[in-house]
Amino acid sequence: MTSSITLRAGHERRFRFGAAALPYLLLLPTLFFVTVFTLWPSARVFYDSLFVQNQAVKIPEFTGLGNYALLFDSMAFRQVLANTFVYVSVTVPISVLLALVLALVLNRKFRGLGLYRLAFFYPTVLPMVSAATIWLFMYTPGYGLVNVFIATFGIKSQNWLGSSDLALIALMILGIWKQTGYFMIFYLAGLQGLPHEIFEAADLDGASTLQATRYLTVPLLMGTTLFVTTIAVINAFESVDQVYLMTNGGPINSTAMLLFHLWQTLFSFLDFGRANAISVILIVALLIFTITNFVYTERRTTYE
Amino acid sequence: MNKRRTLASIFNALGLLGLAIIAFGWAIPMLWAMAVSVHPPNEPLSATNLWFGTYLTLENYGQAFKIAPFAQYYLNTILIVFGILAVQLVTISLAGYAFARFRFRGQNVLFFLILLQLMVPSSALIVPNYSTIRQLKLFDTLLAVMLPFFGSAFGTFLLRQTFKTIPRDLDDASKMDGANWLQTLWHVYIPPARPALIAFALSSISFHWNDFLWPLVVTNSITSRPLTVGLAVFTQLGEIGAQWPLVTAGTMIVVGPLLLLFLIFQRQFIESFLHSGLK
Repeated sequence: MTSSITLRAGHERRFRFGAAALPYLLLLPTLFFVTVFTLWPSARVFYDSLFVQNQAVKIPEFTGLGNYALLFDSMAFRQVLANTFVYVSVTVPISVLLALVLALVLNRKFRGLGLYRLAFFYPTVLPMVSAATIWLFMYTPGYGLVNVFIATFGIKSQNWLGSSDLALIALMILGIWKQTGYFMIFYLAGLQGLPHEIFEAADLDGASTLQATRYLTVPLLMGTTLFVTTIAVINAFESVDQVYLMTNGGPINSTAMLLFHLWQTLFSFLDFGRANAISVILIVALLIFTITNFVYTERRTTYE
Repeated sequence: MNKRRTLASIFNALGLLGLAIIAFGWAIPMLWAMAVSVHPPNEPLSATNLWFGTYLTLENYGQAFKIAPFAQYYLNTILIVFGILAVQLVTISLAGYAFARFRFRGQNVLFFLILLQLMVPSSALIVPNYSTIRQLKLFDTLLAVMLPFFGSAFGTFLLRQTFKTIPRDLDDASKMDGANWLQTLWHVYIPPARPALIAFALSSISFHWNDFLWPLVVTNSITSRPLTVGLAVFTQLGEIGAQWPLVTAGTMIVVGPLLLLFLIFQRQFIESFLHSGLK
């Protein structure tokens, strides 16, 4: 009996001693990878963006904000910013609004409901590269289905991806097609979570379905809208796969967006300094959205 | 009143018709790609011959497999995706446990540092991460594709929240029974966290299965290239040009199994998307 008590005390002491170091050991793997592949590179991107380093200048030379000045001076980069801006500000509102409408329509029981949801959601599951391949085909001049479709309205076949006026529009259509179903799912989940009583009360007060939707459902879904919009903006900013596959930034730079331009600057122009400056611009541009997204995620996971 | 009801039902019918048309439009790219992938290769597509040819054939699939090593690409993708996941499950469980059940100096700072990963898009870090991979002499290896994702702030965060909901009494009881921390973690914390772990796993799998830019940057041969990059290389081969039956067959090889899995596990897929919201 006595011996077992002593043993036990010894065990606890050992346990306490280990306990001081234990949490750090548990964190070590995560901290290691986060440091090596996120924290350190983030610091480095900022620092390296202050140096010229390219084919002409192999050994980095300090230039201060020189890379940024060069970027904002270049027509090509300003076009990249404009393309990105247009892409984000067109695809985000359209797909979020469409997702809301679809969710409102699909949030009741009728025949074939599962099929409808499937039709809108399946593009989400596809890798962007394969979606882009399919749309490359859809946009084929002559017999591509997009051209066949517009022909029914008497519009003649267009070279969608070969025209600097149409190529960005073509990418935006793909973007909307690909992600609307994803946002729809969040709205459907949001709708499921709305309290029934309010709608019953509105119904008793003689509110029409349209009124209830306008004054109750949509305002109550504000949180979902904020969340979905943030993800939409982040995703739109990071669009690159389809640009790479379908247009390679062309024709005449009309579809080059930030991330594609980053890739191009790094591997085609071999300009490290500028590539780092573009990375910094991308991070800063997204910061406010990523923070909103995080705060919202935290709220959801904490109070769910 | 009666008139109003008739009007409403007409609107309703029109709405459903509109919905059906939009849904059909949404489905059509995939349906067309499927149809053309079994179109005879020797019958050129044209405005009058858009869907199936005179007979159905799997020749395009055979040809696609001959031209590109899709089987190898599949294997690479599977190794990458599950390699990342296996490591992540370990790292996030340990870190989540540390943050949920221990008090230690620097806890908040460390938590904040890890969460920074959620604020910086990994695609904006390809320049320094590419040079790190070069310095480690890992360029064009499967490990290079996986390495940056072994630590996950999102997973750590998710498990911290989940572990916090588990009663501390269970933890104490397990320690009283003489279990060490690993046994406690394994028997007390992991079982009730299964839904969170599964949600995390599904979102991790779908993100890395579809990832393109990073593997494009760090791979350069069939031994390490995942499906996404493999498909891009396949469609851009000069010899393939605009042989659409061949290109669509290649695409179907890549997306077919994915769609099938999605059809079977639709519910779980959608729930995991909802749970994560972070791709």
